[in-house]
Amino acid sequence: MADSNLPKPSSSVKLVLLGEAAVGKSSLVLRFVNNDFQENKEPTIGAAFLTQKCNLPTRTIKFEIWDTAGQERFASLAPMYYRNAQAALVVYDLTKPTSLIKAKHWVAELQRQASPGIVIALVGNKLDLTSDGAGDAADGSGEDGGEDSGDARKISTEEAKGYAEEEGLLFFETSAKTGYNVTEVFTAIANAIPETSLKTARGPGASHAAGRTEEQRVNLNGPRDAEAKDSCAC
Amino acid sequence: MADEIAPEYDVVVLGTGLTECILSGVLSVKGKKVLHIDRNGHYGGEAASVNLEALFKKYGNYAKGTEPWKNYGRLNDWNIDLVPKFLMSSGELTNILVSTDVTRYLEFKQVAGSYVQQGSGPKATVAKVPSDAAEALRSPLMGLFEKRRMKSFIEWVGSFDPKDTATHKGLDMGSCTMREVYDKFGLEATTKDFAGHAMALYLTDAYLDVKGGAPEAIERLRLYGNSVARYGKSPYIYPLYGLGELPQGFARLSAIYGGTYMLNASIDDIKYEDGKAVGIKATMRGIDPEMKFETKAKTIIGDPSYFPSKVRVVGHVLRAICILKHPLASTNDSDSCQIIIPQSQVGRKNDIYIACVSSAHSVCPKGYWVAIVSTIAETSANHHLELAPGIERLGRIEEQFMGPPIPLYEPLEDGTKDNIFISKSYDATSHFETTTDDVRDIYRRLAGEELVVEGLREGIQVAAE
Repeated sequence: MADSNLPKPSSSVKLVLLGEAAVGKSSLVLRFVNNDFQENKEPTIGAAFLTQKCNLPTRTIKFEIWDTAGQERFASLAPMYYRNAQAALVVYDLTKPTSLIKAKHWVAELQRQASPGIVIALVGNKLDLTSDGAGDAADGSGEDGGEDSGDARKISTEEAKGYAEEEGLLFFETSAKTGYNVTEVFTAIANAIPETSLKTARGPGASHAAGRTEEQRVNLNGPRDAEAKDSCAC
Repeated sequence: MADEIAPEYDVVVLGTGLTECILSGVLSVKGKKVLHIDRNGHYGGEAASVNLEALFKKYGNYAKGTEPWKNYGRLNDWNIDLVPKFLMSSGELTNILVSTDVTRYLEFKQVAGSYVQQGSGPKATVAKVPSDAAEALRSPLMGLFEKRRMKSFIEWVGSFDPKDTATHKGLDMGSCTMREVYDKFGLEATTKDFAGHAMALYLTDAYLDVKGGAPEAIERLRLYGNSVARYGKSPYIYPLYGLGELPQGFARLSAIYGGTYMLNASIDDIKYEDGKAVGIKATMRGIDPEMKFETKAKTIIGDPSYFPSKVRVVGHVLRAICILKHPLASTNDSDSCQIIIPQSQVGRKNDIYIACVSSAHSVCPKGYWVAIVSTIAETSANHHLELAPGIERLGRIEEQFMGPPIPLYEPLEDGTKDNIFISKSYDATSHFETTTDDVRDIYRRLAGEELVVEGLREGIQVAAE
């Protein structure tokens, strides 16, 4: 609030979502973008991509969040999806062991296909279904997730955290339903993006990138003034 | 996994070339349930962009046991088009990209210049195609008096209105030929050559004597002029990472609207009832075990390779993909350009095109250029000689990939009888206007109405910040 009038440098960051079906990828994003949650949400349809700003003390990160749109279902994700992604959210379901296996597969795929500097966050979702996540979201639990007494947790915090450390991933356990830890994931990603790999926001009026020479990049969505004047310019 | 495939789709699309992907995207946005299949493990079909290893393996021009692609930097930095084309800045593909919001997934850069060759052999000169009346006056392509004639011709084209006979210079546009229009302005043969071939982008001289063909030629000249005027420099734009990004972008559009995508799947059978196609049998490979499935389809769309018995060959294209370590001579060290060698300049019937892109468009590592020379085959042998005038323009070539002539296919029927709508092959033109014509044509045949893309993106939501 204090210095909200000062313009901070703004950069856009492409973030891709990966993970088994129904682990809550879109729900996490919906919680982050709209602070909303829908029970029994239909599989994703009709969103080109979602954008959300993340305000850091020194700069603003504008996430362009890409959903797989189901193209991973039959192993048909296009290279375009990974292209220039600066961050990835690999999501699994804490209550479903196969979803962590799938998440590991996606991490390997990202390491093979994506840009070398990509920031990857491994996120165990549906914490609300475990005893750690029930109700109170603020007690910073999850550190001692080994005790599976009477809850639906099937993947211990240690197991996933150990794997994340080995692979150099950010690691969080979240609940899209309660909102627990969701903003934290995106803030941590924003903080982890190296300053050098940031470019300014894409889109109308903002097509000039810092660092690279982009002078010939064209914005097709701009006004088509050439056609507006009827006499052709040849 | 097989239970994720619906028992019936409105449209099954075979092949992920650009034509098929635009149709999938548009049909999905319009609410059709689409299943889109490709037998390859990558998007793009015949119009894909591939890395250097894939290119060597496709052409087989290396000694067994060697890995020549390792001499050329990072493999992932290469995105080499198999079909060389550029987008006209004001052309129909640009319009479709904008109308569908697929521009959100892609970034475009200008092609730095459009050039034309005059003369042949050692005496040949290459000069920039004048893009407006002012450039025409400075162009080395014409003598002093011809420049003035060209200037007044270009200005007239700009003010031409097919519906307003006052702008027709007393010519009857219903019957007159483009040759008569050129003659009205007293244009010389070499000027007609570059206007018709490097600006109106006709591949042969057949257009000159088409009765009533003048308005179309003038329209093409206007498209060229409007396209140059949009961003300057040249009429062309090109997507970063190669043309293979285009089908991927439209496939994503389709997927976002519920389209189902399956690569690595072969079609085992097309099922017919009363002569009409009603479904497919297919196998998804690359998984263990392979997945066999059947589904019904109200309509089937496909590229010619899926229906060899339903297409015919209408010609052959010759193509040589060349890797260079320098820009093309006489192009002002452009990072990208097109050079057109009009047929009459080198004693041919069809023009030779050179399309050149470089690391500026993220299609190769820094310090490399990719030049593709192409033309329509006129002989049945010695094809390398047909391309020679273009190859000669390239200077030293690091690697050259040239296979046998590539057949161009067209469907035998329009699809209304058997429910199978087949696209045409990507032709020898340097742009996508014929591709989008085919998209519109197929859409009209299968939907019974004109395709209107304007306003399509009103249905496409992007959540606000």
